[in-house]
Amino acid sequence: MTTPTAVAKIRVLIAKPGLDGHDRGAKVVARALRDGGCEVIYTGIRQTPEMIAEAALQEDVDVVGLSILSGAHLELFPRIVDELKKRGMDDVLLFCGGIIPEEDTTALDRLGFRAIFRPGTNTKDIVKFVYDHVKK
Amino acid sequence: MEELVQRLLAGDRRALARVISRVENETAEGRDCLRALFSYSGRAHTVGITGGAGSGKSTLAGALAAEYRRRRHTVGIVAVDPSSPFSHGAILGDRIRMQDLALDPGVYVRSMASRGALGGLAPTIDDVVAVMDAFGFDYVIIETVGAGQDEVEIAGTALTTVLVNNPGTGDDIQAMKAGILEIADVLVVNKADHPGADMLVSQLQALLTLAPANSRRPPVLKTNAVRGEGLGALADAIDEHREYLETSGKLARQREIDARHQVLTAARAILLERVRRATSEAEIEALVSRVAARELDPHSAAETLADSLYS
Repeated sequence: MTTPTAVAKIRVLIAKPGLDGHDRGAKVVARALRDGGCEVIYTGIRQTPEMIAEAALQEDVDVVGLSILSGAHLELFPRIVDELKKRGMDDVLLFCGGIIPEEDTTALDRLGFRAIFRPGTNTKDIVKFVYDHVKK
Repeated sequence: MEELVQRLLAGDRRALARVISRVENETAEGRDCLRALFSYSGRAHTVGITGGAGSGKSTLAGALAAEYRRRRHTVGIVAVDPSSPFSHGAILGDRIRMQDLALDPGVYVRSMASRGALGGLAPTIDDVVAVMDAFGFDYVIIETVGAGQDEVEIAGTALTTVLVNNPGTGDDIQAMKAGILEIADVLVVNKADHPGADMLVSQLQALLTLAPANSRRPPVLKTNAVRGEGLGALADAIDEHREYLETSGKLARQREIDARHQVLTAARAILLERVRRATSEAEIEALVSRVAARELDPHSAAETLADSLYS
């Protein structure tokens, strides 16, 4: 055990938009990032785009990770990106995970998602992705 | 920095969020912001909510904030959760219990990791509370990490401390012990629909009669935070405590005590930082090894380190 020193920690919001209630994946990712030394804000299931953007603003996060299994990502993600932009939060790092078909990759890339983590991803890769992309 | 401070004072929540991060990360810019903002603080009433893990602190904080909103007050909430002693990461999950406030422009919720602080709060909690106070919230609610018997720091951070108890968590001897129960200004029995709630209320009341006759007796209230019951009485009790502080002259004294605590805590941190700068890691390492091998005692080693400031 060591005492944490006053260094800037990477702050990550893990959010589940939409109506599916299966948050095992979101929790696994949150836990992996915690063990990787991040401060992870988890807001629970059934978040609206406004709620996610507002939480990102209030918590001043560096990263927003979205988990979705319902198939509504192309419906909801653009609205979340919009709400973030509206609040001047267009500099946060975005990634997503869950059940997301390969054919949607380009659309999500264009929206600004820098990574999509599908089932079977090693959580170490997610932690590495965050540390590679956030300068602190 | 000045622009950020001006935006914060003009009510920009993004600026508030960014200033809090700088203060929390103890950057030079954060200290400058605090310097510029400090004279604007001291107007909010600060309410601490403490109690065991799972006692309902977050839900109660959310429900109390909703009650304040019904009374047309604005509210800032700082909710602290523990940092891992190993990875230094944290899961901050208090927002989950405050969903009803998510889009209310009169409420701002910030999660903080304890970052190694003992006592149930975070190293920079007083500074973050001062920033929220300067922003202009009427009330700032501070929620501690799940506290056991001895996490009493909250009493030095908040003007009114609310201690959350639950039925079925020990007999009345638990409540007689020194520590956390002594710092409560208002006692709440939450989850009041659970069996044993009335029993706990009377046990707590009976214990409070054992206190010296001239001391203020904290009220004991029942709440059911999930269902939003008992919150009006709680908000009233907090306001009554505020009035008591003002009329008894204790408010001024409390502010003196808190200021002293903050100054000395900051001084300690600055001195430690200076010691670390005045000595090399190798010197510290050498002293530490001798202590670990029992060749030197920790106090003598620390004195050697402290003396490095004068050499």
